[in-house]
Amino acid sequence: MDYVAHDASAFAPPAEVDEMELYHPKTFVGKYIWSQDAKVIAIQYAITAIGIGLVALVLSWFMRLQLGFPNSFQFINPSNYLQFVTQHGMIMVIYLLTALFLGGFGNYLIPLMVGARDMVFPYVNMVSYWVYLSAVLLLIASFFVAGGPTGAGWTLYPPQAILQGTPGATWGIILMLVSLALFIIGFTMGGLNYVVTVLQARTRGMTMMRLPLTVWGIFTATILALLAFPALFVSAIMMLLDLTLGTSFFMPALVSMGQQSEHTGGNPLLFQHLFWFFGHPEVYIVALPAFGIVSDLLSVHARKNIFGYRMMVWAIVAIGGLSFLVWAHHMYVSGMNPYFGFFFATTTLIIAIPTALKVYNWVLTLWHGNIRLTVPMLFAIGFIFAFIHGGLTGLFLGNVTVSVPLSDTMFVVAHFHMVMAVAPIMVVFGAIYHWYPKITGRMLNDTLGKFHFWVTFLGTYAVYLPMHYLGFLGVPRRYYAVGGTDFIPASAQSLNAGITIAALIAGAVQAVFLYNLVWSYFKGKPAGGNPWNATTLEWQTPDTPPKHGNFGPTLPSVYRWAYDYSVPGAEQDFIPQNVPAREVARSGTKT
Amino acid sequence: MGIFHELTVKPWATDQGKVDDLHAGGTSPPAARKLALRVFLAVVAVLFTLLVTAYSGRMAYEDWRPAPQVSLLWANTLVLILSSVALQWAQYSVRRGRIDAMRVGLLAGGTFTVVFLFGQFLAWRQLATMVYFELTNPAIAFFYLITGLHGAHLLGGLVAWGRTVARVWGDFDVAKTRQSVELCTVYWHFLLLVWLVLFGLLFTGNNLDVLLKLCGIR
Repeated sequence: MDYVAHDASAFAPPAEVDEMELYHPKTFVGKYIWSQDAKVIAIQYAITAIGIGLVALVLSWFMRLQLGFPNSFQFINPSNYLQFVTQHGMIMVIYLLTALFLGGFGNYLIPLMVGARDMVFPYVNMVSYWVYLSAVLLLIASFFVAGGPTGAGWTLYPPQAILQGTPGATWGIILMLVSLALFIIGFTMGGLNYVVTVLQARTRGMTMMRLPLTVWGIFTATILALLAFPALFVSAIMMLLDLTLGTSFFMPALVSMGQQSEHTGGNPLLFQHLFWFFGHPEVYIVALPAFGIVSDLLSVHARKNIFGYRMMVWAIVAIGGLSFLVWAHHMYVSGMNPYFGFFFATTTLIIAIPTALKVYNWVLTLWHGNIRLTVPMLFAIGFIFAFIHGGLTGLFLGNVTVSVPLSDTMFVVAHFHMVMAVAPIMVVFGAIYHWYPKITGRMLNDTLGKFHFWVTFLGTYAVYLPMHYLGFLGVPRRYYAVGGTDFIPASAQSLNAGITIAALIAGAVQAVFLYNLVWSYFKGKPAGGNPWNATTLEWQTPDTPPKHGNFGPTLPSVYRWAYDYSVPGAEQDFIPQNVPAREVARSGTKT
Repeated sequence: MGIFHELTVKPWATDQGKVDDLHAGGTSPPAARKLALRVFLAVVAVLFTLLVTAYSGRMAYEDWRPAPQVSLLWANTLVLILSSVALQWAQYSVRRGRIDAMRVGLLAGGTFTVVFLFGQFLAWRQLATMVYFELTNPAIAFFYLITGLHGAHLLGGLVAWGRTVARVWGDFDVAKTRQSVELCTVYWHFLLLVWLVLFGLLFTGNNLDVLLKLCGIR
């Protein structure tokens, strides 16, 4: 019996449909600045996102310095501590992770992986990046206006977000809200591109169920983002109006700093509902691309087809759908009907089913695989650890009775950093080590990469594992200092100091990564077209890095799914998606 | 192939591979534009659904004070219906090759839209001069926010409409223009539908019971 994919009759001729018209720039500015090439736009997105992410990393250091060594640093005071907390959270979640996964990886990988020349609307794609950059610049500007950036917490809850007394309550919050609105407008332009490109521009033979899981993850996350961001958009506009025109969407009648405010009749809970209707899907907007990418990394570097491909696709779609039904689990202590709490706890726990299914499938993909402990694989395995850890603590926090006492403690901080910071960033690093050879034509240095992995992985664990215990003790989050609190033992301070040292080390080692990116660009080992022997289309381009238009004169035709690794009977341990059955080299023995 | 069928295929199986190989692939710009508009309309639908939900949620509180009625909105609604009808006429005409009629329909559609927007502006002014006007009243603030966002979407539509109108003089590609007219028509019909829902539910008196039933609260 011949197990080598499909039989020889299943040959599809090259696509006969019209090619898309590409804009061919002739100047440097046209090629690299006002570029309409999705690959260049992807790199622009990535550099901007990583750049602003580094700012957020430094802000987290400042926070940790205060928590680990209270009152030792003159430049940290209660007011700017809150600004550090707020800006760190907002930048990491939205301006780094969302932008990098969708704008960065989405732009680079979608056209290449589906076999398209570019996104379907390249001009809109270009505008999307420049609007995103404007949003980032506005955010940066907020650091330099009177009062500094907002310190309202990344959730920006009213009424305190816009009341005098909160840091940045005049200009900082205005710039934050306008920046968010711009980000959403820019994202919508990009998001339309990603969705339509996946649905309309797949090459011949690339059916939806032959798409690599990376594309499924980014595609589903984009749909989530398109449907969830409007909630943040309207809440940003409404808060802006409350602040500037004196409307009362969210602002109730209250006495602030001894004075009766002019607001009457606003409902702060309305903001929380709108914010979390966006905020929870946002978790999956970051997680789903990570799920997709890590599936591909595991499969390529374990030389094995992904276990349960269909289940993986269904799980991505199911998680996406369910993520819109769980938002109020962020509001258990905000005051709600107990039946609502019961409903949202139930939906939250139901999400654990498709999520756990994915984790089992990743582990089963590794099972009996021909595992190569490359740097991308190390990061992928690191992701599984961090994600299981963060996912399990999510089960605690999803239950109302357990969540209420743990609310606003360091346990919550440890949970969401494990699941939403360490886990996705492991995938970001894994993905960069994996696709850097395609983007630049050179390999990243392996030794530096492994050093980077181990220090990052162990360092982040040293930060967040002990933090759970601080949470159990009742150490609150977002506090500049806890003062003389009886229920917190003195040893908690020693733990905090240790966490800070680990955070400083885990952050500093990122310099090695940045050095590796630059050094390898010039001196790295030439990668060739397909250094990992992967099957997906981005590795089958005639040029590395791929040129404008991606695939040379003819678009590839696809004959198989993305996971034909170690196929019995085939001579090589991978069969690229664009190789028809009749061209597969067979080994002498057939089973 | 239906979505459920597509999601249940087994891409690794030999037999399935033969079916999958038949996917024609390739980019078709008209289909892409049409799909992009549909996706965008879904985003806009979510935006306004959230606003309606927020409005009704706030309405359920005891201290709710309805906004004063602005009768001009009825006339504005009629004008917006006329703009949609005019664009429908333009679409009907271009499909039958009647280019002059298409131009008339297009221009009338745009003109009615501008009149509608001006009418909305007048409605804003009217409300602002009423005795009960108070910006801290959520009902009034919601009125300005929702009509403003709806108007902003129409203004965006007018940009696309303007680009289409600029193309329909002299020699032009009828097939391309036909699609632009069709897309404009779909967008206008959609925004008319949104307006009818907003106007009917929020701005024609106290429809709290209907809204709460729709939201499943009562």
